[in-house]
Amino acid sequence: MTDFPNDGTKSGGQQWASEAFKGRLAKRHRKETGLKLLGLAALSLAFLMLGILLWTLISGGAQAFRQTHVTLDVPISAEMVDAADPAAGNYRGVIGEAMQATFPDAAPDQMRALSGILSNAAQFVLRDRVVADPELIGQTVEIRVPTSDTYDQLNKGNVDEGSAEATRRLSDEEIRAFRQLEAEGRITLPANWALLTNADSRFPELAGLRGAIIGSFYALLVCFVISFPLGIGAAIYLEEFAPKNKISDVIEVNINNLAAVPSVVFGLLGLAVFLNWFGMQRSAPFVGGLVLALMTLPTIIIATRAALKAVPPSIREAAMGVGASKQQVVFGHVLPLAMPGILTGTIIGLAQALGETAPLLLIGMNAFVTAAPGSPFDASTALPTQIFIWADSPERGFVARTSAAILVLLGFLVLMNAIAIFLRNKFERRW
Amino acid sequence: MYDTTRPEMNVDQLHTKISARNVQVFYGTKQAIKDLNVEIQDKTVTAFIGPSGCGKSTFLRCINRMNDTIDSARVEGEIMMDGSNIYDRGVDPVQLRAKVGMVFQKPNPFPKSIYDNVAYGPKIHGLARNKAEMDEIVETALRGAALWTEVKDRLQESGTGLSGGQQQRLCIARAVATAPEVLLMDEPCSALDPIATSQVEELIEQLRSQFSVVIVTHSMQQAARVSQKTAFFHLGNLVEYGDTDDIFTRPQDSRTEAYISGRIG
Repeated sequence: MTDFPNDGTKSGGQQWASEAFKGRLAKRHRKETGLKLLGLAALSLAFLMLGILLWTLISGGAQAFRQTHVTLDVPISAEMVDAADPAAGNYRGVIGEAMQATFPDAAPDQMRALSGILSNAAQFVLRDRVVADPELIGQTVEIRVPTSDTYDQLNKGNVDEGSAEATRRLSDEEIRAFRQLEAEGRITLPANWALLTNADSRFPELAGLRGAIIGSFYALLVCFVISFPLGIGAAIYLEEFAPKNKISDVIEVNINNLAAVPSVVFGLLGLAVFLNWFGMQRSAPFVGGLVLALMTLPTIIIATRAALKAVPPSIREAAMGVGASKQQVVFGHVLPLAMPGILTGTIIGLAQALGETAPLLLIGMNAFVTAAPGSPFDASTALPTQIFIWADSPERGFVARTSAAILVLLGFLVLMNAIAIFLRNKFERRW
Repeated sequence: MYDTTRPEMNVDQLHTKISARNVQVFYGTKQAIKDLNVEIQDKTVTAFIGPSGCGKSTFLRCINRMNDTIDSARVEGEIMMDGSNIYDRGVDPVQLRAKVGMVFQKPNPFPKSIYDNVAYGPKIHGLARNKAEMDEIVETALRGAALWTEVKDRLQESGTGLSGGQQQRLCIARAVATAPEVLLMDEPCSALDPIATSQVEELIEQLRSQFSVVIVTHSMQQAARVSQKTAFFHLGNLVEYGDTDDIFTRPQDSRTEAYISGRIG
């Protein structure tokens, strides 16, 4: 029985129409509209900032995705290159002769400057081709090599030809020589695959991300191999088996705190423990992976515990009800159902690790390394540290490459997050 | 639909399957069951009725030691099954639960195929030596749960794709697949529509020939329909226990009378 008065008086029947009530209603609607507008404004601001970021990166980095090349006919004389030992040939001289042939009027002192049009890599490109095919000795070979950075910038319109000659890095004569090559159709601007396939270099036109990408890959691999099983194991124990008492409370609080520890602190830990104490290889992706694993572990533990918690208790009861042991319940039923959540959390943790710079700086992964690592124990850079190195370099070519490298890193991050979303949608079960 | 003129089995001649003596259950410091004594007969449907929070589900979960999985739960006293205490130190709850099957309030099939749902229990207890034996166990269990004809052509489809009533019968099949001696049912029909409910009730009546069935229910009509014995719980006490007909027609205790006539609860 309700306790409402049942004497015929309608409680509040008049109130719904009163001015005060209408006023309150209008106020409520105003508040709701205000909140909605605030949310929209915040969202718009976020999108604006994202747009500015992407626009800056793309407009700054777009030029780095193409690289000016020169096509040159190079006669390889047997005097310069000995057929018996093609690797030891004077390819610098061969290139010099070819340049002299291209600019027959240039005096020797001008030649010095003009040979700077070609990247330093030209002689090595030629050498590799001749070593691979010694038959070429005595013939004329057409090579296509990158121009050096200053000419690349000229071709991309970044040199103000109207300014005083002394204030530019290229003299009028050098610009003329370049224009001549251009008129001969020797200058091309193809896609710059070297950005992905070359390792780092002193010369911006040769510098690429291969070493950084492989270094990051190895570091993430080590990070995954260590943190994934360890994180899941720790989470399963804490969530399913550990007794709930003071000690497990303390552990839980500490894991949550660890997730919030600045990454540079993990870098210091890695420096002190892995490098100084264990004496591991400096700058190695293996050590980088260890440090990143320390950092990723709390993220994976927290994500896994949340995923385990989200499995409905009815599934546990069902399994226990037919006599499954605790271990059978966890590994046969709960863990498979929690797997999409665990994978999502892990990938997001790894994506975070991929973008982490500070801990890698501390263990020396910002070294200048011109070869891609052959194993996780070779010195190498990683993508974020490579960005850091290039951002520090003054050459114009590196400025564009920094933006391009950031775009590559962002590309990998987007890819990883897309995989996480895909896995979540594909394996998510509803029950 | 339901044969109300069926001959009553003489429950006095059946032997006692489960006998609880001075059972006390605590959740932390809160006592959920006080001094419970009850004898549950073999091949009988025993209904536990009572208002919410009176301890009937708690006691049901004592019988297969599901309360062990709750950290704060503590059980005192003895629950004898066929003469031995299931709370003895030597008793493995995992093995006990194969002998005491349980069906839950909400149908909870595993998100696996119908076949795997039923085969899971026999598999983990090693009841089948080969595929043919397992097939037989699965078929027998599904037939026992009156589900075989409906699902025999789609055993590899997911158990969660069945209707609510079919899911609950699948859960019953899963529970009977390990050949238990006692079947515990915790409000098995509360999430089902009336047609599915009557199917499950019919099934309970059939299951009685093989098991001792204990059912917790909020529906007094259901208790009256399916059970031969009824226990009325109130505030952690077993108030009255006896033949279902007696409880509903001649309750001895005033609280029982108040509950079945709808005045408390």
